[in-house]
Amino acid sequence: MASQNLQSVPAELSPEEQEREAAGQAYFDRIISEDSRIEPRDWMPAAYRKTLLRQISQHAHSEIIGMQPEANWITRAPSLKRKSILMAKVQDEAGHGLYLYSAAETLGQSRDQMMEDLIAGKARYSSIFNYPTISWADMGAIGWLVDGAAICNQVPLCRASYGPYGRAMVRICKEESFHQRQGFEILLELSNGTPAQKQMAQDAVNRWYAPSLMMFGPPDDDSPNSEQSMAWNIKRFSNDELRSRFVGMMVEQVRVLGLTLPDKDIRFNEETKKWEHGPLDWNEFKEVLAGRGPCNSQRVERRREAHENGAWVREAAVAYARKQAQKENAA
Amino acid sequence: MTTQETAKDTDFAIEGHGDISVGVHGAGASGDGSASATRITPGNALRPEDIALEIQRGKVKPSEDVAEFALRIGDDGLILAQRLGHWISRAPELEEDIALGNIALDQLGHARSFLTYAGAAWGKSEDDLAYFRREHEFRSAHLFEQPNGDFAVTIARQFIVSFYQYELYTKLMGSTDATIAAISAKAVKEVDYHRDHSAQWVLRLAGGTDESRARIVQGFKLVWPYVDELFEDDELTTRLAEAGVTVQPSSLRAEFDRLTGEIMAEAELEIPGVPQTLGGGRNGKHSEFMGYILAEMQVLAREHPGASW
Repeated sequence: MASQNLQSVPAELSPEEQEREAAGQAYFDRIISEDSRIEPRDWMPAAYRKTLLRQISQHAHSEIIGMQPEANWITRAPSLKRKSILMAKVQDEAGHGLYLYSAAETLGQSRDQMMEDLIAGKARYSSIFNYPTISWADMGAIGWLVDGAAICNQVPLCRASYGPYGRAMVRICKEESFHQRQGFEILLELSNGTPAQKQMAQDAVNRWYAPSLMMFGPPDDDSPNSEQSMAWNIKRFSNDELRSRFVGMMVEQVRVLGLTLPDKDIRFNEETKKWEHGPLDWNEFKEVLAGRGPCNSQRVERRREAHENGAWVREAAVAYARKQAQKENAA
Repeated sequence: MTTQETAKDTDFAIEGHGDISVGVHGAGASGDGSASATRITPGNALRPEDIALEIQRGKVKPSEDVAEFALRIGDDGLILAQRLGHWISRAPELEEDIALGNIALDQLGHARSFLTYAGAAWGKSEDDLAYFRREHEFRSAHLFEQPNGDFAVTIARQFIVSFYQYELYTKLMGSTDATIAAISAKAVKEVDYHRDHSAQWVLRLAGGTDESRARIVQGFKLVWPYVDELFEDDELTTRLAEAGVTVQPSSLRAEFDRLTGEIMAEAELEIPGVPQTLGGGRNGKHSEFMGYILAEMQVLAREHPGASW
């Protein structure tokens, strides 16, 4: 596998360099075995750096693209309080994107480069954001299910071995828990509202349930990168383990909502002590991942448009800063 | 008058509500790095819900005139927030998604407070007023409904708005109406940041590249016709100025001109020599843009009249 090849020390290194590499590797191995933290200036294997960069930038892109389906309802939010909460939430997501891009930059890639990769379709983001938000209840379902799944995924990442990532996740998780609660509250209000509102809520849960379960990634026997990530203390629990925990949480919460999950096969397995769910359409998952989801091109196009329309503003800011610096030097 | 009597019973300014960003622990008013964007500074938290509560308790009720005035400035904030909200996920850089979103949130916050208060005169909630009034019942000035245009137009609009609002809210802090004074005391701190944000961008765009300079010149040209309307006195403001509730809008003009003039001079920009429009927003006469803004804002609420969200 490509990522494993990257770990071996290239043959053309001088003896001194080889020694430094070996010492670095020994330090890295010790830090990982002690479950301690790697910091940006520490030596790290090239493959560790690459894996983290891929994961963190993908996470950052998900926050940025994830703003769109919710921004879609800001102007139509049905009460001023909800409008205010939704604006704050989407704004938080921009903030998460910023911390994560910053964390990724400590690994040596610029935000500009990451943004270009996103727009060029070279970088991935969470597939779930390629589904459309067609009703107000989708704001509730995204908060409750999508942010709920994100929290299950992300809480263990607060202990990720790479310092800047773990610390960014601490902050993000605090805000995500607020997001999830507001989503739950939207659905609760709808569920206790008029019959049309309740139906709107149930319809949204029906549509977002399966995609949110698939957010944890493919089943463990089909997840090639998981094992290495767990060995590096980036990932702490397997995809299926996290998915099962999430299902257990949702089963409890959906009762309080007075709604149902569209899955008749959910059950608690007494032997394994784990929650199980019905079959998921992994074919659809792969299709959306491959760019054939309902909103793939729309999402990337919006990002491209915003980025390109903003180029003259960014250029102006740089030019102005340069001129100011020149003035100060001259003075 | 009622509003002066109630002034003694309410003490909004010192009623703090701490941290409303549920689920965030450990961060106080200390500027903690994990503070959320939804945080309200403890000790300075005046929420629309607090005003609604005071109304419910019968502690505050604006006179018809005060309500009409609150409607004007509330609508200004509401319509601008509606415009600015569109930038979120479309801004030139992530920092501006956050900044413009923040300004929109502040404007919406002020609007909610003023509309909640105004509604008390007629037994209406902020949402009744926002979602179930018709176009000619809105009292915002034309500047606020002007399209976002490119980033330069948005900045030019915000520059005018924030310098105007800063002068207005500063004066309203001394209003004889305790609720108007309390809302303004909170708003003025936020609007001060809006001034800073827009002034910095005016300087950057004017002093950046040839393109950015051309765009900010054009931006000001597009929004400047709507400046005079902000400073027009009428019968309502005359009555309220006599009662000490507000000041005459025209009295804010000199300071607005002086402060905006300083930035414009530093940016080497001319005040555009464009004719001023007739306005009419305070009487419910709006531009063609307003119908679309309201259609989008109100569509869902009107589909489910009486529903709670």
